[in-house]
Amino acid sequence: MEYMLFVCTDSTAPAWDPADDTTGEWVNDLDARGVRLHGDRLRTPVDATTVKVRGGELSVSAGPFAETTEWVAGYDVINCADLDEAIEIAAQHPMARYGQIEIRPMWPFE
Amino acid sequence: MAVRVTDATVAEVVAEAASEQTARIVSTVIRMTGDFALAEDCMQDAFAKALVDWRRNGVPANPGAWLTTVAKNRAVDLLRRAASESRALRRVALEPEEPGKPAGPERPMEEVDVDTDDRLRLIFTCCHPSLPMDARVALTLRTVAGLGSAQIARAFLVTEPTMEKRLVRARAKIKNAGIPYRVPPADRLAERREGVLAVLYLLFTEGYSATDGDSIIRRPLLVEAIRLTRMLVELMPTDTESRGLLALMLLQHARSDARVDTHGELITLESQDRSLWDAPAIAEAHEILGDLPPNPGRYELQARIAACHATAPTPESTDFVRIAMLYSVLWGIAPSPIVELNRAVAVAMSQGPVAGLAILAAITGLDDYYLLPATRADLLRRLGCVGDAAVEYERALDLAPSDTERRYLGRRIIEARHS
Repeated sequence: MEYMLFVCTDSTAPAWDPADDTTGEWVNDLDARGVRLHGDRLRTPVDATTVKVRGGELSVSAGPFAETTEWVAGYDVINCADLDEAIEIAAQHPMARYGQIEIRPMWPFE
Repeated sequence: MAVRVTDATVAEVVAEAASEQTARIVSTVIRMTGDFALAEDCMQDAFAKALVDWRRNGVPANPGAWLTTVAKNRAVDLLRRAASESRALRRVALEPEEPGKPAGPERPMEEVDVDTDDRLRLIFTCCHPSLPMDARVALTLRTVAGLGSAQIARAFLVTEPTMEKRLVRARAKIKNAGIPYRVPPADRLAERREGVLAVLYLLFTEGYSATDGDSIIRRPLLVEAIRLTRMLVELMPTDTESRGLLALMLLQHARSDARVDTHGELITLESQDRSLWDAPAIAEAHEILGDLPPNPGRYELQARIAACHATAPTPESTDFVRIAMLYSVLWGIAPSPIVELNRAVAVAMSQGPVAGLAILAAITGLDDYYLLPATRADLLRRLGCVGDAAVEYERALDLAPSDTERRYLGRRIIEARHS
């Protein structure tokens, strides 16, 4: 199954410790196993742009679509057997310790 | 050999088979097809067929095997109809046994190979932490315990369509999110087992807290909780926490008849008529608990605390020193202000009210819980400070969650004022 991992911040989590940044190992391990399809970091919501079309009229605004204290800092698309395996993979990501990770299954086109 | 019986008996046999066989049937079909929702449909179909067929042809010698065969055949039919190329059908084709045979009571029954692992897988799937709690509870009752959705809806005071929707959504999530049909690996078992026990204990407390008005519809939850926990103990015999939970349920349930009087008024533990306690249930709990293991879990400890109360012939002879010790251990693994509150009571009983009040004074985070001022009031009353006690009882009265507690506290306030 394919899952998107939303790597998110969490205002209640401990402060990010660069010494504990195991992202490189995490990516290398998943890539070696062929589990991770792609993924990246995202710039902060300050750099976001929101686009809407209403009644044929384009509206472009600054910032994210919703004001939240938690935001998506990156993503990874993985392909693994089931949710439990996805949970294990997410739990190994350093941002599971310093933030939170939302696992969403892909909705395939029938 | 099929046995001919009356229609009413058939309905009874089918109901009994539902409570005993649902988990086996569903888990067998899931193993076959990997499809949770399909397995449930096939199970329901098999019970519907049984009602008709058993009336006509008699109850088969092995109802469980009959039902399982019919459910499996139904699964094969549905899958063939849906898509001959489907992945699930290929999985069925790999099954060693030949599933296409029509089922009937006159035909020899195939041996149904259902090991305990299958039912365990089912429980762990239904109680997966990725499902919302209400869905876990509903799914466990429907799929593992075999209760009808109408009955589950009544017990949780929602309409049947609402409960149906909840079940449909839960099954859809199992499929869409890829929740595996599997017992978690050893290194995750303790965490995940904790989630299963939480569901079972919630079922129990829902049934246990039922009052006169709603006890008829909610009591079955308590019965099912005990039955399912027994099943879990049977499936995981070395797991001390499951055993602890079973013992805890038996001990709490043993006291149910004594905890309210004929007017529905609450009777506290020390005033209960101990001859009303269910002695065989207490004895069974004792046997289940055995000796204290080296690293007791929270249910195990709560059960042992309940056992201290249950085995004391009089309130005065209760071993409060041991109870206080058990609460300290419990605090070590599951610290909460409620545990501290209970330890304060036990310490007050063994060392006097002053020692208990000192522990109460240090508790934080229980500002809205009526038992904190109520306990403080009890200890002040024992010290003879009736004025202060009355003030604390008033505070408890403001926070009390139901009329039963409010009436109890009201009586205490009057006593304190008149002593």
